Amino acid sequence: MPKIKLPTKSPRIDMTPMVDTFAVILIFLMLTTQMRQPEPATVDTPFSISEKPTPDFNTMTFLLSVDDKIFLNFDNGPDTLLAFRPKVLQEMGKRYNIEFTDKELREFQKYPSSIGVPMQNMKEFLNSDDSNARKAMQLGIPIDSTDNQLAAWIVAIRTINPNVQACIKGDSETGFPIVKKTLDILQERNVNRFNLITSLEATKINLEEIQQ
Amino acid sequence: MAEIIQEEKSGGKKKAKKLLPHIDMTPMVDLMMLLITFFMLTTAFNKAKIMEIVLPEKIKDPTKQEAPRIVASRTLNIVLGPENKVYWYVGAVKPEEYNSLPPLNETDYSATGIRQELLGRNKTLARRIAEFNQQVLSGKIPISQDSARNFVSKMKTDDDTGPIVLIKAYKEANYGNFVDILDEMNICGIARYTFVEMAWYEDRMVEIAAGITPTATATSTN
Repeated sequence: MPKIKLPTKSPRIDMTPMVDTFAVILIFLMLTTQMRQPEPATVDTPFSISEKPTPDFNTMTFLLSVDDKIFLNFDNGPDTLLAFRPKVLQEMGKRYNIEFTDKELREFQKYPSSIGVPMQNMKEFLNSDDSNARKAMQLGIPIDSTDNQLAAWIVAIRTINPNVQACIKGDSETGFPIVKKTLDILQERNVNRFNLITSLEATKINLEEIQQ
Repeated sequence: MAEIIQEEKSGGKKKAKKLLPHIDMTPMVDLMMLLITFFMLTTAFNKAKIMEIVLPEKIKDPTKQEAPRIVASRTLNIVLGPENKVYWYVGAVKPEEYNSLPPLNETDYSATGIRQELLGRNKTLARRIAEFNQQVLSGKIPISQDSARNFVSKMKTDDDTGPIVLIKAYKEANYGNFVDILDEMNICGIARYTFVEMAWYEDRMVEIAAGITPTATATSTN
């Protein structure tokens, strides 16, 4: 009896369903992703056991870099239609006698990262297109007693958005004096509740350890 | 003529169907894999956490308000020192005795350092909290996470055995130390702690303990 000859060619795998699955995942990721914004200073946050997530809106975040500079970021609130950011900048402009154009206000609204530009350079900063030139202008917000712009920012933000919460994001190596100074400036403006931004590190103590 | 063309067309179609090329999807899969990997890495899925801290309000008019009276023996002073060291002492130091200041105890931020000291002083409360948490975890007490948290904070408010911790920071301490010590407070379930200004004699005590020559007084008044 003759043997039935099976075709010897390797079976071809149809990749089409796999492509479909990947396309779905890809579209999902693209829609849900929030790109990590590069901060003007790299900061390694310290660790804690706290499991509370950072609030998504109504925050003002003080970024304290290792070289004792202060950067500030604040959000637009739950609804971008409220447009807190340009209003705050206008408020600051009034205080420092700077008139901002609509284009500059829009530029400020969509600037995605923390800002550490003294008010004197703000106009130049917003009109510049060169990211390197912008980076050079990020000198940190002045906090001297003669020119305490950080305090002015806090007052302006809290006037426009009274629900704002203060978050502090510092590097583990940031010196304590600058942290103390920031806390003092905030406390002088009656902000007594702070959120320290940390990374999660689980630690547990068990009963036996206590009974020792 | 028209007929012939039609015939030719249909014939061509048949031929094309026969030769329908099999598209190899593998490179496309590779590309998509690459894009998915990229998006997964850039997504900020690891959201940062926050640790809440409430500081006592600044008293603007010191004559109006009297300092709260607390028992000296329950007071534990923790001073964040330079070079990731932490110092502690119990009770209060009288500024008049600045010539014979009591020595500071030196330790570190590890689990065997300051944590043992805090746990030793906060035994009763820490044990009650740990027991309660264990019972909740094992399902002996059916309670929601929120009410469990409220219960723990109630235990803390009612407690009158644990230490009253005053945290102070020397000017050469860093932000990581500050977060570490607040974290220890949470880990050990300390009911009462706050962050206070450092007194000048405490600066001196740290300088003696760490062997630093005192810096000019002008720089210390920051």
